[in-house]
Amino acid sequence: MITTDILIIGAGPTGLFAVFEAGLLKMKCHIIDALPQPGGQLAELYPKKPIFDIPGYPSVNAGELVDNLMEQIKQFQPGFTLGETAVSYTKVDDEWFEVITNKGTVHRCKAIAIAGGLGTFEPRKPTFENLADYEEKGLEYFVKEPEHFRNKKVVIAGGGDSALDWSVFLSNVASEVTLIHRRNEFRGALDSVEKVQDLKNQGKIKLITPAEVTGIKGDGKVEAITVEVEGQEAYDIETDYFIPLFGLTPKLGEIGNWGLNIEKNAIVVNNALDYQTNIDGIYAIGDINTYPGKLKLILCGFHEATLMCQSVYNRLNPGKKFVLKYTTVSGVDGFDGSRKEAEKAVVKKID
Amino acid sequence: MSDVNIKITDREGVTHDVVAPTDMSMNLMEIIRSYELAEEGTIGVCGGMAMCASCQVYVINDPGLEPMGDEEDAMLAEAFHVKNNSRLGCQLHIADAMEGLEVEIAPYP
Repeated sequence: MITTDILIIGAGPTGLFAVFEAGLLKMKCHIIDALPQPGGQLAELYPKKPIFDIPGYPSVNAGELVDNLMEQIKQFQPGFTLGETAVSYTKVDDEWFEVITNKGTVHRCKAIAIAGGLGTFEPRKPTFENLADYEEKGLEYFVKEPEHFRNKKVVIAGGGDSALDWSVFLSNVASEVTLIHRRNEFRGALDSVEKVQDLKNQGKIKLITPAEVTGIKGDGKVEAITVEVEGQEAYDIETDYFIPLFGLTPKLGEIGNWGLNIEKNAIVVNNALDYQTNIDGIYAIGDINTYPGKLKLILCGFHEATLMCQSVYNRLNPGKKFVLKYTTVSGVDGFDGSRKEAEKAVVKKID
Repeated sequence: MSDVNIKITDREGVTHDVVAPTDMSMNLMEIIRSYELAEEGTIGVCGGMAMCASCQVYVINDPGLEPMGDEEDAMLAEAFHVKNNSRLGCQLHIADAMEGLEVEIAPYP
């Protein structure tokens, strides 16, 4: 079991910066995120694109901002549960919440900060009627365990980086890899496209374009898929696995069932006081919350994270005296024993 | 510098006549959001980077739109509900040439 002061759901910029503000107040944080890496949208959607409205940075690439935030918070030693989704919460007693993920990881905390951004990234699924019958029975949306596919026949659909990269990788593992895409053109890193071209020339990847998978067949598991090549009659391809890789789409997910006050796919908070939700001790910060005047900006998320931490401090230390400190004056004391501080001014007589 | 008139049919099939400014550096996705013609969280999800297709529209009357760029073309190749007249609202910059444009918002997801 993982225990912490503040459990942050979402490792985007707002969630990461909350660790820093909490650390200044001597509170520990642990972060859960559905993606395998921290950074949220910035890392998943546009790591190489610039952001121009982070105060003090005329331009910063999204990936670089995430790296900087990770560096800024490291002395506060945040814990991470990555690749998992928060499913349920319970109030164990007056002091503790318990949050359990889809993989059964148990977290105990004194406050919850939902910094979920757009929501959990879920795979975009094809729209076949019998889709659910085959999920985890040969129909996979992620390649979690490549060994699973050893000496099996695999059909991958999609035209982006992940479809290209997994086709390349699995061509050395599976007995047969077929890549199907709606267009002849793929969008991805140049070297991925070239590798697929090479493997196609060597006969290691079967490429079918422009074509679309229009159905799945099989008795209790995937046995074949139906493919329609543009301008031709549809036909079936025998396969053990079908992996559609059509990108990720954000969904509010299980948090939508927590009894939180939700409006227009966002969590309603108490109008900029401390971003607490209708449930005592559960906060919502960053793009996932809404209140009159809300702006979905990273810089607003930083502000919200800061106010949330002050509120949690007061909640955990009722009546305890505290004044706001400036890091330039007081320095930063890490939980790892490190200390950052401003250089002392020199006091010296000038003759 | 003027406004253009656009007809937008929402996902419930209701057609709205809207006025869009050409001088505010807006795109069609943002016009749809500003008039609240689609529920928040179901339009412009990626923020306008041609990465999610939540702002896909079908062009019913085209008074002369700019041709599609590579990113828009590639996104539409992967999106669902795509038709021959599909465009991404976020890639359609509001301009004088849009006077009389008619679009229908595509289903999402």
